[in-house]
Amino acid sequence: MTQNDDGIKLTDDQQKKRRSRSVAIALSLLAMVVLFYVVTIVKMGPEILNRPL
Amino acid sequence: MSLADRQDTMIASSNAWEGGMGSAGDYIALLKPRVMSLVIFTAFVGMMLAPGSVHPVIAAVAVLCIAVGAGASGALNMWYDADIDRIMSRTAKRPIPAGKVTPDEALAFGITLSIGSVLTLGLLVNWFAGAFLAFTIFFYAVVYTMWLKRSTPQNIVIGGAAGAFPPMIGWAAVTGDVSLESFVLFLIIFMWTPPHFWALALFKKGDYETAGVPMMPVTAGETVTRHNILAYAVLLAPIGVAPYFLGYASVVYGAMAAGLGLAFVWLSYDVWRKREGDAAHTASVRLFKFSLYYLFLLFAGLLTESLIKGFVA
Repeated sequence: MTQNDDGIKLTDDQQKKRRSRSVAIALSLLAMVVLFYVVTIVKMGPEILNRPL
Repeated sequence: MSLADRQDTMIASSNAWEGGMGSAGDYIALLKPRVMSLVIFTAFVGMMLAPGSVHPVIAAVAVLCIAVGAGASGALNMWYDADIDRIMSRTAKRPIPAGKVTPDEALAFGITLSIGSVLTLGLLVNWFAGAFLAFTIFFYAVVYTMWLKRSTPQNIVIGGAAGAFPPMIGWAAVTGDVSLESFVLFLIIFMWTPPHFWALALFKKGDYETAGVPMMPVTAGETVTRHNILAYAVLLAPIGVAPYFLGYASVVYGAMAAGLGLAFVWLSYDVWRKREGDAAHTASVRLFKFSLYYLFLLFAGLLTESLIKGFVA
């Protein structure tokens, strides 16, 4: 093994930008979850209440 | 070089990896937000004019998907055009030539958003609209960017279709099909695109020349471009009034569209007759700016009327 086997080293700037991208991806995924949830409710409409108890 | 040496070289070069420099804002810039805003607007107008109605949430999802799809094709365009974007002053600050996002990152981003937007539109709204969005992304990224843009001075004419599809997709999101009315909305943007971009190309000719993009002023000369601008303006003016004649816009819209169409023809004529020096430059800049207002006002007029009809009904 060599002294370089730690793999990619990110600079401070790269780490900061990776964080901003990670936050953006997390928010996008959250938005997708909310979107599919809301659309499911909308598409089911009042039928959502019409189920055997 | 031994295998061990090669591995060391690869590890050393991977330590100096230059990717990962893009912030969330750089990725948003890849989506061409200004083009996206026009797409959102025209798609929304298409939805509002379409007969029938959809739930506001479904309408919002459709507009979101169309916007993201448009942004994805913008990212794919920037990925493919990074080499010429680097040369042109107008595009040199885009994320890839500026070194903030690598071409591979832009490609992955564009493909992910393309698939995501098409599947979401298909699943949540309807599959016809989803397929139409997929076709539009393909048309812009492959037919226009990869094929036509660098091979023919008619690039803007045929490629402009991609920018003209959003109101038809918006319409299809409501009705599940296309119609003559939605085709007229397409035709307005389709006929508007060439004079709009040729006016830009007249005063940015040097940029396109340097980058080797065969825009009409570069390949056919400025005189031929001026003839074409005027011809398209004359054809565009009556098409702008067509919604009135087809009965889905009032006489107020018809009068406004006719006035704006005449102004478009007049400014194009001005570009046609002023061929030298500052006067020629000013005329083409003026036409370019007016063309933006022209398209916005026509669609804003149609939108306003449909909203008024909605309140009255």
